[in-house]
Amino acid sequence: MSTLTVERLTVGYGDGAPVLDGLDLEIADGGIVALLGANGAGKTTLLRALTGLVPARSGRVLLGGADLTGLPTEDRVRRGLALVPEGRGVVAELTVDENLLLGGLWRHRAAARRAAVEEMYDLFEPLARRRGAHGHSLSGGERQMLALARALVARPDVLLLDEPSLGLAPLVVAQLLGVLRETARRTGLTVLLAEQNVTGALSVADRGVVLSLGEAVADRPAAELAAEPALRHAYLGF
Amino acid sequence: MDRLVFLLSSGLARGAVLALFALSLVIVWRAARVVNFAQAAMAIAAVYVAFAITAASGSYWLGLIGGLATGALLGAAVEAGLMRRVPHTTPLPGMIVAIGLVMILQSGLSIAFGPQHRTMRPPFSERPFDLGGVPVLSPYELFVLVVAALVMGGLALLFNRTSLGLQLRASAFAPETSRLLGVRVPRMVTVGWMLSVATAALAALLLVPTELGLNPFAADLLFVNAFAVAVIGGLDSPAGALAAGIGVGILSSLVTGYVSASAAPLAVLAVLTAVLLLRPGGLVAAGKARSA
Repeated sequence: MSTLTVERLTVGYGDGAPVLDGLDLEIADGGIVALLGANGAGKTTLLRALTGLVPARSGRVLLGGADLTGLPTEDRVRRGLALVPEGRGVVAELTVDENLLLGGLWRHRAAARRAAVEEMYDLFEPLARRRGAHGHSLSGGERQMLALARALVARPDVLLLDEPSLGLAPLVVAQLLGVLRETARRTGLTVLLAEQNVTGALSVADRGVVLSLGEAVADRPAAELAAEPALRHAYLGF
Repeated sequence: MDRLVFLLSSGLARGAVLALFALSLVIVWRAARVVNFAQAAMAIAAVYVAFAITAASGSYWLGLIGGLATGALLGAAVEAGLMRRVPHTTPLPGMIVAIGLVMILQSGLSIAFGPQHRTMRPPFSERPFDLGGVPVLSPYELFVLVVAALVMGGLALLFNRTSLGLQLRASAFAPETSRLLGVRVPRMVTVGWMLSVATAALAALLLVPTELGLNPFAADLLFVNAFAVAVIGGLDSPAGALAAGIGVGILSSLVTGYVSASAAPLAVLAVLTAVLLLRPGGLVAAGKARSA
């Protein structure tokens, strides 16, 4: 019911050539989909266009059949879309607790909001110890954890994650991806995971989509993609 | 000694008004990243409405409420009708539009009501209390202090303890991230303008009865001093605006009393220069982000 559909999506910056050119993509309900591709393939642009942060030149974005195309970012979010941007986007001037409350504000009434935040503290134990700390005093791993927890507080239907592994130790990345996989299984959340870290992403994903020069050149089960050296060589450079 | 106590107490009241007006500049700066040069003109327009309501109804309090409501409405109208349409890539267009608005509002008020000063009667006496032969704080000054403290306390509660306040702060610091969390950022900017101009209108309302009277330019000097206060306090910091407002109010009262009235603005400028040289970010500068 919360299938994310992209129809003939064209996005560009300025009057340059489009970064995404007539992209068609369907992310079925439930499960983790890895969005792979080299630098400049259009991964971040796709995620930002899905949330309306970058305007599309043409094409449509549908969530569960409802057209999101003309809606501003905040309304797309209120329809069940969440994005954890690259570079984490924690509000540095707010505390951990305030960041989490903010995440759940539109979704929950006061009492339920508190409960949803406490649930995140159970899920991400290190955050519970730092609830009063300001965003700017957190480590990189804590920030990524907070950004992910803050997106989950709102119980989105589709979670878009942009390079969550960027600049983090492999152990932290493994923990985060573990929590993500567990949550997806438990709640039926759909995750679109944009990653440079192909091996890590494919190890948790059910499916993988490879973007190259703004087009989806492969869309297959993750295990199949991981075992296909020709594709890796051609589009992912290893 | 008597003189010192008197000057300190009246400086405190003057500082409270300054702090309130500076706070209004801080609120709009945080909400929209605009230094609103039209703040004084907008506040005075609201005071004219308050004046008219008081004249018609005979009630100072109805006028006060009407003035605050007018300030809030004017803030919303200017934001939604004007400022939202100005490009935000650099601060300059917003400033120029604000200065244009000053000219329109002040000329409009002059055409409508004339340039003369209209006496505004304070709701309480301005004769100082006599404490063992020492004159301290008039009932009106006490009223100003109480109102300023209540409003600042209320705003602090609003910003720090309510979910509206959380959204206002988040939108100010990180608009894009806030939108990704479903916060209606454009609405928060409008609310910021409303709170800001209502606060400025209150400061002007409290100031006018202690000065020559109401005229279209009656809050201009207040704006200049409050702008200095806001910069001294750190422009982003409500606490800084409060501390700097009280400090500058007392300083200019002392300089007026012991040196001369014309030296007071120079003293304020000297403090501003010193602060900008020693702490360019203001007294209460934002914390630096951890980069590791």
